[in-house]
Formats: sequence, structure tokens, C-alpha cells
Amino acid sequence: MKHRDPKLLVQPGPLLKQPLTTSMAMRDVLIALAPATLAGIWMFGLGALLVLLASIAGAMLTEWTFLPEDKRRDQLANGSALVTGLLLGLTLPPALPLWMAFLGGTVSIGLGKIIWGGLGYNLFNPALVGRAFLLAAFPVAMTTWSAQTGSTDFFQVAASNLAAPLMHLDYDGVTSATPLGLMKFQQQSTALWDLVIGKTSGCIGETSGLLLILGGLYLAFRRDLDWRIPVSILITVAAFASLLFLIDPDRYPGPLFSVFSGGLLIGAFYMASDPVTSPLTPKGAWIFGIGIGLLVMLIRVFGGFPEGVMYAILLMNAATPLIDRYTQPRVFGKGLKSPQGGHQ
Amino acid sequence: MFDPFFPCVIPPHGTLCCGDSRMNALSALFKQGFAHGVHPAENKERTQELPIQRMPFVDRYVIPLHQNLGAPAKAMVVPGQRVQRGECIAEPGAFVSTALHSPVTGWVRSIGPQRFVDGRFAQAIEITADPYSTQRLAPKPPIDWAALSMDAFIGEIQQAGIVGLGGAAFPAHVKLSLPEGQRIRHLLINGAECEPFLTNDHRLMLERPETLIRGIEIMRQKLGAEEATIGVELNKRDAIEVLQQHLRGDLPIRVVPLRVKYPQGAEKMLIKSIYNKEVPSGLLPRDLEILVNNVGTVVAIADYFDLGMPLIERVVTVSGPGVAYPANLIVPLGTPVREVLRFCGGLKEETREVLMGGPMMGAPIASLDAPMLKGSSGLLAFTAQETARPKETPCIRCGRCVEACPYFLNPSRLARLAKARLFDEMKAYQVMECVECGSCTFSCPSGIPIVQLIRTAKDNLRQGKRRAD
Repeated sequence: MKHRDPKLLVQPGPLLKQPLTTSMAMRDVLIALAPATLAGIWMFGLGALLVLLASIAGAMLTEWTFLPEDKRRDQLANGSALVTGLLLGLTLPPALPLWMAFLGGTVSIGLGKIIWGGLGYNLFNPALVGRAFLLAAFPVAMTTWSAQTGSTDFFQVAASNLAAPLMHLDYDGVTSATPLGLMKFQQQSTALWDLVIGKTSGCIGETSGLLLILGGLYLAFRRDLDWRIPVSILITVAAFASLLFLIDPDRYPGPLFSVFSGGLLIGAFYMASDPVTSPLTPKGAWIFGIGIGLLVMLIRVFGGFPEGVMYAILLMNAATPLIDRYTQPRVFGKGLKSPQGGHQ
Repeated sequence: MFDPFFPCVIPPHGTLCCGDSRMNALSALFKQGFAHGVHPAENKERTQELPIQRMPFVDRYVIPLHQNLGAPAKAMVVPGQRVQRGECIAEPGAFVSTALHSPVTGWVRSIGPQRFVDGRFAQAIEITADPYSTQRLAPKPPIDWAALSMDAFIGEIQQAGIVGLGGAAFPAHVKLSLPEGQRIRHLLINGAECEPFLTNDHRLMLERPETLIRGIEIMRQKLGAEEATIGVELNKRDAIEVLQQHLRGDLPIRVVPLRVKYPQGAEKMLIKSIYNKEVPSGLLPRDLEILVNNVGTVVAIADYFDLGMPLIERVVTVSGPGVAYPANLIVPLGTPVREVLRFCGGLKEETREVLMGGPMMGAPIASLDAPMLKGSSGLLAFTAQETARPKETPCIRCGRCVEACPYFLNPSRLARLAKARLFDEMKAYQVMECVECGSCTFSCPSGIPIVQLIRTAKDNLRQGKRRAD
């Protein structure tokens, strides 16, 4: 009974592999963002959905255009461009002209990722690069907030959504200020419960604090994000806000308002924790998170803008390589006193 | 099976108590182990219930002269010569080298190049078994180890050909040879068996606890160690219980259950888990007055001094999805891999890779003609499903490798530097500390062969150093 040996593979070990891939991590992010996304669409109507789709389309088309042909399918399939496009869309005002959202997606991927060498090599969070570009280029459109639509006019798309590129914008709907804007310019607070469930104006995906936290917990549970980053950001912001609140409760909002208002939660859970642009080391994660928290509060309290999460994250992104370099953990067995005395 | 009247074994240092393993499980959970590490699927259920079986003798044996670290052994026989089972056929070629013995009674057929595990040819002694021999070991009186001087004791172990049977096959006598004035206070017995699939140490502890304890006592008394500790991962509760039942109260030996985590069985990780001590980089466990030995090694030492049996066979776990009948086997060293697999029902059609050792650190076999070696703890066959490698995608710095590395290295950074061939910068990131456990590659969602890149870099750095010297 002579039969031939099977052809044996000789490949270096280890043979075992954790059943986990990048696209699975991306899928987790999509799952985590789903509730907040759906809530945003529900609250702001069909226009918000179109803005999201435009930004995703911009991101994915750019990725497809600039990738070499043999890598297109794999890279698009791993979903990183989809996540970037979605994250950008969620941080845009619901009445933004679609062409701007599309352009933002293009810039996110083009200037935020491709130009650095593609996935894994970018210094700044791509979605925030796109958003920073839009805010600089179209400051009015990026800071005009429409009020939430009721369930009756869900299908009513704002005229500004459909504006032709570079044309004058008409805001037909009721515009209203965000809770942070109200606080900064009119010293007017918003009910905490409205902030928690998202009954305020703001970017499409940033309003519902509860759903964002839920998704963030899912990501932390799946170990797709370093829990230290959101935790340190939120603690820093809450601590800073408590301090100010204690000094002058009439001028400054309390810690809960600071945590639940604006883009802090979406920023802390989904953008600051982007692994590519945040420190790898545990100690670095703490420094990074505390830095973001401080910058957010400095901008909100002392800066000209009502909101500062975006700039805070981008600034700390720039510091990430440095933080990583100086927070390498002590290697096992290194830097110990040898038992014979003397330093190892 | 909780028995309130279960005899309590009070361990010498009182850190752990009770014969009930559930108490131990509880205390082990709160006990500080080594940090980081990974949790591969254990896959031990295929073989953990199977008693150790003796593999029958085959016609032909191949004993490579170079099976462990150090110098190759020197052949002491000539082709055509008759050899008895257990007879010395090659002498140690240097101090770091061990003797080889014939696994069967038969004739030396040739001394020359034979297929080795990696597919290359290596010098080996080929022995044809005598089909009419009873293959009984010549009875020898037990050696009075207590009367031997330490040097003679070490010489005996070298002559017995005993090496570390955990997988690395480091000569046992070298570990036992201590510098002048060096004491050993703790004898640590490694029964962690953290590699998935392998159950050879598990079965050995379960089936031969007296021999194991006997071996521990021989070593402990010879070394003058205060106590001995057997570290066993909690997935081997039955072994923990059996060992505790066999431990007499007057012996300073204790069993410590350990969390199931890879690489728990790595020497320095085990020391961290049990004594909460970190072996400083560049030093050995003995510098902390600790000596670590695998359970298989200890049993081999007991067998040599009590039965006069040198290292001519070992327990091997044959398992994996490509093997028809998984088993724990006593395999005579030198048995061709093909014969071992045939005894286990042969390889399944869809087998793609056969490993010698565990699936994390084992070596792939290039040819089924390769013989079983002293360090072969397992023989595992895998199919396309397990051997397929995911397509490599860019590192997204998710940090899973950083959280896996038991040495607190930054594998993500190291891999990136290795790809850029910046080997010198890798040195600044302590690449030479890597023990190549493979936890980083295991955990990488981007499918980057991190440990392979690190291995290449280390080789490069070593060669560069050699050139500079």
C-alpha cells in the first residue's frame, strides 16, 4: 500500500492564529456606530442620510481611484474607507450641501490617508482632516445647524442639502444653535436629559450621548479600542469642568454638560481611539487622553470656538510618535538590580 | 467531587493550602501571574483522556548525532556492529553535549547523512532492529545517587543522554552544573504545558506521579534545594489532584496551579508566576537560586537512576486534525516520523503541514523520513484550514501585539523597523530580548508575520556582531 506523501508545507511558526482580521475590527466599528447613526438619521431626516452617503461615497471613490489596481478590492473590502467616510459624515451638520460632504470625504482619504502612504501610515485621523478642511473652507455652512425634524417631515430634504457646488446657500429650515454654542454665546444651558438622548441640534451623529457610549462600550468589550483613551479624556474633561463649575457655577457648565455636549463622546470613543493615530503604549494612551481632555476644555473655555474636540484630537495626533517614543514600557528583566549587586 | 474529608496537604511555605483544587483554582485566579500573553484554543481534549501507549518497535531507527544545543556526539560504533537496547552508541563530544543510546537491540547499519527534520541531511547512526530480540532492557542495579559526588552525578546525567524534554532539548547536566559557590534554593518543575494540543506532560504527571516525585527528590536533595514546586496549568486539574494525593506531608514539595495562558511554560514567565520574581535580562534563573526543569526531564532522571534506563524513548503527543487516531505514545527515539504517523492510522489526505513540537513554537517537518528526536514533545498534523495564512494587510497599530508580548516589547514597532531593515534601531527597542514565543504573530489581526521578521532581524544582528568580532 504505497501512496505518496502529501506535499508538506514548511512555513515558519507559529501555526496558530487568532481568528481576527482588520476587516473584522472595522466591522465592529460599523456595528458600534450603527445605533447613533440610525438615531441621527431619524432625528435629522432624509437629508442627514444623504449627507452620510455623500461623505462615504467621496471617501470610497477616492480610495478606489488612488489605490493600485491589484490592491483595490482588498483595501475597499476591509472597510477602512467606509468607516472614515461614515465618521466624517457623522460629524457634519445635517443641512450641509451634499457636494461639500462629498468633497470632505475626498479630502479625508486623499489628504488624510493616501498621501501618507495609505492605511496605517497616516499621522492624523483622516475623518478629522476632512472635517478640518471643510470647517476652514466653508465656515458658514459648517456652523449652521438645522433643528431636528419631526417624524412628519422626515422626507423633507433641506434646500441647502441640494445646493449646487459653489453657489449661494439658502437656509430655509429653522436653524438653531448647538448646546455648546448656546452656552458660549448666550450663557444658556440645555437640559441634561436632552443631551443624553440627543434631542438637541448638532452634527448628525454627535447628539445622542447614550447611544455613543453604548457603541463605545461594545468596542471596548471587543478590545477594538484602548479603553484608557476615552476614559482619560472623559475624566480630564469632567475634572476640568468640575473645577470651573466650583469656581463660578453661573458662568461655567457642570461636568455632565461638558461631557455630553458637542462632539466629545464621538470624538473620545471613535476618533481619538483610532489605533493608527493614537499611542500604542498604555502609558502613552493616558498621556494622549489627558492631553486631549485639557485641550478640549482650553478651547471651549478660553478659545473663540464653542467646540474644540476636533483640534484637540488633531493636535494630540501630531504628538503621538513622540509620546510613543518616550513611553516604551520597561522590557521584562531590564533595568533591574542584578542579585549580585550592580545595575543590569 | 468535593470531599470535606479530603486529606489536606500543607505546602511548606503555606502560600497555598488545601487538597481541593477548587480552592487552588480560586487562589490562582487572584495570584499574580506573568503579565500579557495570549489564549490560543487549547485543543487538548483530543488526547488528554488517552492513556500513554507504547509504540511497537519498527525495523529501522535513525539517531542524529546532533540533537541538542552544543557539540554533536561522537559515534562509538561501526557499521555492522551489534548493539543492545540502551547501549551507548555515541559519546558526548564536549561538555555541552550528551551521549546517545541505541533505542533497540539490533545492528548498526550505517553512519552517515540522513534526512533531518528541516529537510537537510545530517550525520546520523542508522540501526536495524533485530526482529527476534525481546527488546528487553538489560537489568541494572539502581545507582546510589546519594553517594555520588555532584560532579559524578552530573557526569551520570550527561552519560544518560538526558536533555530538557520540554522542547528546547538543552542538556540537563549543563543546567545542573553550577558555578563555584552558587546555591539553588528552589527547584521549579515545569508542568505548565502551555502549548495547545500537547498532553504528553499532562499524561506523564497523571500516570507516573510517584516517579516524578522520586525524580524531584533526587534532584532536590542533590542540589540541596529547600523546596520544590510543581507548576501546573489549571486545565490539568486531574493531574494537580493526583500529584497532591501522592505528595507525602514530610516532603517539601508543593503543587501550584497556574492560570491557563501562553507562554506560561516559558522558564522566566513561570518564575514570575510562581515566585513573582523577574529574572534580570542576561542572567539565568540560577542567579535567583532557582532551577527549572520540565516534568519529562525529571522522570527521565528518576528512570535512569532507578532503572538504569538512559534516554532512549520519550512521551510524544500525536495529534492534530490531520491524524486519524490521536494518541499519547512512548516513542523510541530515532523512530522515523512516518512510522509514528502510520501507527496512528496515517495522515489524512488533506494534511498540509506536520509539526514537531507544539503549534506555537514547533518546527515544520520537511520530510516524513525525519526521525523523532529527544526534543520532540509532539507530532501534529494540520490541514489546509489551519495552515492557511491570512493575507497580510498594513499594520493599523491596534496594539494587540503590544498587549500580547510577555516581554513588554513593542512588536508593532519592531516589525515596521524590520521591514525597513533598520536592524540597529531595533536593538534600541530591545529586539534581542525576544524569546520568539510567537504571541505577537498569533494576535495580529493584519496577518503580519511579526515574530518571523524579528527572527530575521536577530539573525542579522548576530551575524553582524560575529563579523565585527
